Amino acid sequence: MSDKKQVRKLLLGNEAFARGAYEAGVTVASAYPGTPSTEIPEALAQYKGELYCEWAPNEKVAMEVAIGASMSGARALATMKHVGLNVAADPLFTAAYIGVNGGLVLVVADDPGMYSSQNEQDTRMMARAAHVPVLEPADSQEAKDYVIKAYEISEEYDTPVIVRSTTRLSHSQGLVNIGERITPPAKTYEKNIAKNVMVPANAQKRHPFVVAREERLTADASAMADLNRIELRDRSIGIITSGIPYQYVREACPDASVLKLGLVNPLPRRLIEEFAAEVDELYVFEELEPLMEEQVRAWGIACKGKELFPLVGEYSANLLRKVLYNETVEARTVPEIPGRPPVLCPGCPHRSVFSVMKKLKLHAAGDIGCYTLGASPPLGVIETTVCMGASIGTLHGMEKAHGKDYIKNWVAVIGDSTFLHSGINSLMNMVYNGGTGTVVIMDNSITAMTGHQHNPATGKTLQGDPAPTVSLKKLCEAVGVRHVTEMYAFDLKDLEALLKQEVARDEVSVIITQSPCALLKENPPIRNQYKVDAEICRACGLCLKPGCPALTKDANGKTKINDTLCNGCGLCFRTCPFGAIKMVDSVIDQI
Amino acid sequence: METYNIVIVGVGGQGTLLTSRILGNLALTKDYDVKLSEVHGMAQRGGSVITFVRFGDSVAEPIIEAGQADLLIAFERLEAVRYIHLLKPDGLLIMNDERIDPMPVVIGAAEYPEDKIAALDDSARVVRIAARREARELGNLRVFNTIVLGAASLIMPFAVEEWEQVISETVPAKTVDINLVAFAKGRTFRKDQ
Repeated sequence: MSDKKQVRKLLLGNEAFARGAYEAGVTVASAYPGTPSTEIPEALAQYKGELYCEWAPNEKVAMEVAIGASMSGARALATMKHVGLNVAADPLFTAAYIGVNGGLVLVVADDPGMYSSQNEQDTRMMARAAHVPVLEPADSQEAKDYVIKAYEISEEYDTPVIVRSTTRLSHSQGLVNIGERITPPAKTYEKNIAKNVMVPANAQKRHPFVVAREERLTADASAMADLNRIELRDRSIGIITSGIPYQYVREACPDASVLKLGLVNPLPRRLIEEFAAEVDELYVFEELEPLMEEQVRAWGIACKGKELFPLVGEYSANLLRKVLYNETVEARTVPEIPGRPPVLCPGCPHRSVFSVMKKLKLHAAGDIGCYTLGASPPLGVIETTVCMGASIGTLHGMEKAHGKDYIKNWVAVIGDSTFLHSGINSLMNMVYNGGTGTVVIMDNSITAMTGHQHNPATGKTLQGDPAPTVSLKKLCEAVGVRHVTEMYAFDLKDLEALLKQEVARDEVSVIITQSPCALLKENPPIRNQYKVDAEICRACGLCLKPGCPALTKDANGKTKINDTLCNGCGLCFRTCPFGAIKMVDSVIDQI
Repeated sequence: METYNIVIVGVGGQGTLLTSRILGNLALTKDYDVKLSEVHGMAQRGGSVITFVRFGDSVAEPIIEAGQADLLIAFERLEAVRYIHLLKPDGLLIMNDERIDPMPVVIGAAEYPEDKIAALDDSARVVRIAARREARELGNLRVFNTIVLGAASLIMPFAVEEWEQVISETVPAKTVDINLVAFAKGRTFRKDQ
């Protein structure tokens, strides 16, 4: 026992992942933000001077940066959300063949229940396809410990390792024992073309290595007591589980026997067989895909899983109580009430742009960002959303299916960060292949939805250094767009005229609407104060149409501005045809 | 100690995150095991938000499920109804008596259900606090949630000094004084009110 008093801190799962990377001696990290993974690189940024971390324009780039750092001998990290792994899949699948020099770890955060995502895919399935091991922690302490362990496995087995998180782990805080940063074994770059150049002749030799590596890891996994452990209690029920579901098992079945897995790909066969032999009834309790269950069944071990527990959504302790013991916890019922969906913030420049599109009855192919909320009532302008960067490609596809006149009342809508993530490729395609679409880049000077992360167009890096800024206008011009116009997002009349003109044009055009996110603390937009003059207000409701949360109706149907919610953008002021909304004061700083 | 469960609900931007962090830090002063669960991302954009605070000798899951909350703190009336199923049968609801219309109400697609909010009193112990009005009187609208916390503190196992210490350490430095005044104001609400 050490004499030093153990320092314990309450850390978000994501902060614990970052702490683990720091303690493991990581020196290079790259990431693209995505809920629920965003806070990992943000927490790493504090160790400036001891390690380097950056925002990459997308997850594929982040993965490649980490691969390069690993090849050169450094311990490297890439982080992303589950769908980000799709973008990074190309380098990942081949990095699995190449292996590592310095340890290479990805932290990937899944989103069961889809709190902030467009699908509910299971990273373990991706990892199995790539033949990459997966560790799955169950609390903040394990989040830190498993990242450290992942680097050991990565270097021992010559493989990238994925540490899988979920929303509940990433965004829950728990106590963590803080440790010291280690200096990992020094490694230098060695020229090794057979290992690092994946041309067919070399890859053909590496693939058998990948197969053998997985077999070796499977054989060793049963003895990895710090990751996989049997907790024998009452033997009538045995539950195989991992991650956050393990905590639900602890809550609902404190007396049951449990096989708690920390390494979930590949699975420890001998340990599972041993556990199955000890218990009467075997259950597999895993959120999303039946990855463990299918493997257990494939080994001829009888178990129950997805016939009892759903394939969709988050699990809970109450689910276990119901299924295993037929117990229902006494609780009140919630009457039918209106929902409270997320909405564009008061003062959001996207609302202004959408209000003009709505007036012109335009349809919009949408993308991923705050502006996806433009699909919700009362705006309802966004009509398609697939994945990061998809808006421009989908619009182009519509045109090629039905001809250019078909999209004369359509636009593609994409944010600044998403455009740089992957939208630029689709714009190139549209120009190259003779499209005529109109693309609106809603530039709010930040990656807003995930909580204000910098990107190559904002002029600042993750660790706070000034950076060159990409000119969106010049970038669009460089790929061959001849009509690129920048316009203030609240300039309603000119924007209306410009949209009419550009959708009619038989050529690709780009409109860049500009105004910073209303929540930006640095360089906030001009915030004036507005008041409704009830004498002039005719209760026509025109100002309410864009759906600003700061506006309500009084008893007479006249508009009222909630001064604590209002961010002073002036959209209502500009919308009112009767001049009933007055500028009261120019406010520099709101507390 | 058996795990104590607090649910905090409100509308994105109302400060549920800061409130849960104050409660988490408070539990740490007593060396309890603590877990907090938060909502980030999309839901914060003016949507319904919920955070969980659990502390005790050993805490397993980070969330609080139906019928398990000892205390439900609602910063908005409609949100109190939305999450009332989480409250234990004998649990306490502390509600900031404020109405914020959700978008379906703003655009006239739904009615704000005042009747269902009033009906909460039939099935639960409810403390209503006009915290926004009180905060306005104190000269800072943002401290309304500290007023609510003051009321909540009356039924929780921590001394006033412990609360004041943690609030001072958790809120932004320049707002410490006004938050302590707000907390004291909250403690003037009787718990059986």
